[in-house]
Amino acid sequence: MRILIACWIVLFFTPTVFAQELTVGSKRFTESYILGEIIQQTAGATQETTAVHKQGLGNTGIVFAALKGGSIDVYPEYVGTLDKEILKNKAPADIATLHRQLAPMGLGVAVPLGFNNTYALAMPEEKAEALGIRTFSDLAKHPELKIALSQEFLGRADGWPGLQKAYRLPFSTPRGIDHGLSYEAIAQGQIDVTDIYTTDAKIDRYKLRVLTDDRKFFPSYEAVLLYRLDLPQRLPKTWAALQKLEGKISEKRMIAMNAEAELEGKSFATIAAGFLNKEVNAPTTADPQQSFLTKLFGDDFWKLTTEHISLVFISLGFGVLVGVPLGIWAARVPQATQPILSIVGVIQTIPSLALLAFLIPLFQIGTPSALVALFLYALLPIVRNTYTGLSDIPSSLKESALALGLPSVARLRLIELPLAARTILAGIKTSAVINVGTATIAAFIGAGGYGERIASGLALNDNATLLAGAIPAAVLALLVQFGFDVLDRWLIPAGLQTQSSSLES
Amino acid sequence: MICVENVSKTYGKQTALASTTLVFQAGATTVLIGPSGCGKSTLLRIIVGLIRPDRGRVVLGAQELTADNAEAMRHSLGYVIQDGGLFPHLTAEENVTLLARFLKRSPEAINQRVTALSDLVQLSQTALSRYPKDLSGGQRQRVGLMRALMLDPAILLFDEPLGALDPITRSELQTQLKNIFTDLKKTVVLVTHDMGEAAYFGDEIVLLREGRIVQQGSLADLLERPVEPYVTDFIRAQRSPLPSFEEPVL
Repeated sequence: MRILIACWIVLFFTPTVFAQELTVGSKRFTESYILGEIIQQTAGATQETTAVHKQGLGNTGIVFAALKGGSIDVYPEYVGTLDKEILKNKAPADIATLHRQLAPMGLGVAVPLGFNNTYALAMPEEKAEALGIRTFSDLAKHPELKIALSQEFLGRADGWPGLQKAYRLPFSTPRGIDHGLSYEAIAQGQIDVTDIYTTDAKIDRYKLRVLTDDRKFFPSYEAVLLYRLDLPQRLPKTWAALQKLEGKISEKRMIAMNAEAELEGKSFATIAAGFLNKEVNAPTTADPQQSFLTKLFGDDFWKLTTEHISLVFISLGFGVLVGVPLGIWAARVPQATQPILSIVGVIQTIPSLALLAFLIPLFQIGTPSALVALFLYALLPIVRNTYTGLSDIPSSLKESALALGLPSVARLRLIELPLAARTILAGIKTSAVINVGTATIAAFIGAGGYGERIASGLALNDNATLLAGAIPAAVLALLVQFGFDVLDRWLIPAGLQTQSSSLES
Repeated sequence: MICVENVSKTYGKQTALASTTLVFQAGATTVLIGPSGCGKSTLLRIIVGLIRPDRGRVVLGAQELTADNAEAMRHSLGYVIQDGGLFPHLTAEENVTLLARFLKRSPEAINQRVTALSDLVQLSQTALSRYPKDLSGGQRQRVGLMRALMLDPAILLFDEPLGALDPITRSELQTQLKNIFTDLKKTVVLVTHDMGEAAYFGDEIVLLREGRIVQQGSLADLLERPVEPYVTDFIRAQRSPLPSFEEPVL
């Protein structure tokens, strides 16, 4: 059985590892998705290579780790992010300098695309007018305003910490909010101020005033291509085609394309094709004109379902193979109990995106990292229940087994594991159900599954797409639960089926 | 024959068993009796090897019991506890044959032995196919006894075997057990706190108190030549109110 699973995993991953020659990455927001599509289609048009776009790989840390690790070859990045966040330069550097700094890592930066998408703060036009706020300095006079910022902006040096210092902004650490949700939150009056990108499509739609960075805190966020240095040699024609993108995308054009995605619901592939003046038979899952049911059972439904189920059950399989022995170890060796239970407990508390960012340098972007993360999350319920199931066996039964003269392994196999089977199975069930939910994060690192719809729904602020991912995940969780209940009846020895009085007495 | 030589066991500052030397005669039934916490169960569990003594040694037959040979030695011991100690996930028959099957005894030999044993303890074929939860207390105890006798061990050890049974079943089983002991000529050690049971079974009675042997001898010895007033007190306190039950005692 184990060998079968191993073969299957190899077959499952082989195509993604060897068959593709150019892998494009993008971060998890509309503009990055669109630029990623443009890069992919430009590269694909040369016929030199098969180009693949791994969409929405999460935040800068994850995409950069993916590039450095060789899981992707190129992705759209911004000069300011490179400067401050990745290279941590004290003073702003130009593209040539950045290129030199990146060379030791085997990376390069080139092809400024032509627009500057800097950070800014925005608030509702009406409110800004009433309070007379035009600039960041004006904002400092209004500590009563409710401010919420995207997680990434809150954390990075060129984001909130620096901005607050530069303008002496009188706010305590603001709340974190997903960038896709912040416009809704402003529209509903839940927050007053949030960070935006200056090419965001929704600025006009939600009638926001973009405040002026009067002390020029934010550096230039010119869009550029960040790539692996071997790319130009490896695929010269493709690289030449990509270089022609230089200066082709104006700020206005970018805002328009962002609006096409977020307000008109066009797919990223369609928008990219439109930009490159060609027709593309692109999937239109993000199209709001489609009914919810069409979205739910779209072309990608079975692909996503297969991916999701594979993620859940492969990681669960390894969780069982490792978790049950760990639980046995914890139950049998008193000195090992606390260390084992503590470690698997701590793993459970690591936030999923943090865990993924940590795993990507080790296991590459995509399915392997997602599987390892899910495997780690699956451990706690399995280990804990195995430990509890074995420890709760009445000592009279353990002694009876011992007194019979059965060796240790036989006692475990013939007596203790069958007696603990129900508790162990309950732990596996808990892990499986939790994994169905957690597996939705796999999409953030390009491992697919229903999370793809949730991620793009969040990025596009499109609730129907989001639900088309969340509902199947919930249904799958229920099915898994039901499946395990059936398995319970089938696997648990008949003598244990109804609560037995002999266990207690 | 079982020899216990200078065996002692303490838990922290609590002496469970002070240095004790005892010989259990082959083919005879020895009863360990005393109030709760007197060390009788500790002594029995040391003989089974469930507890390692702090000092001293246990010799079963001709071999000293060690950590290394405990597993194999247990195959020549039958151990029965209160309520039988049956495994709830196995049927009565599976409980009885578990060890024999593990040791790869032939199915024919196992079947023959099960038939013989179920005749001996008077357990029906239907009861054998049931799970422990579907058996009565007396049936469970019979299955426990069959399991202990399966490999025909020379030594049988009982830890309060009849404690959980109602009086009628208990007396029935007592009679049956006594006959089996007489017929099979096993070396039997039986732990109880019931003087009537001790009197009924014991060729030799060992009275313990606070981890020490107070007196060892036949029932007559204990009744007629108590070494200290406690022996008489203990027997009195436990004496059955029914004159008929006292007959075998006198």
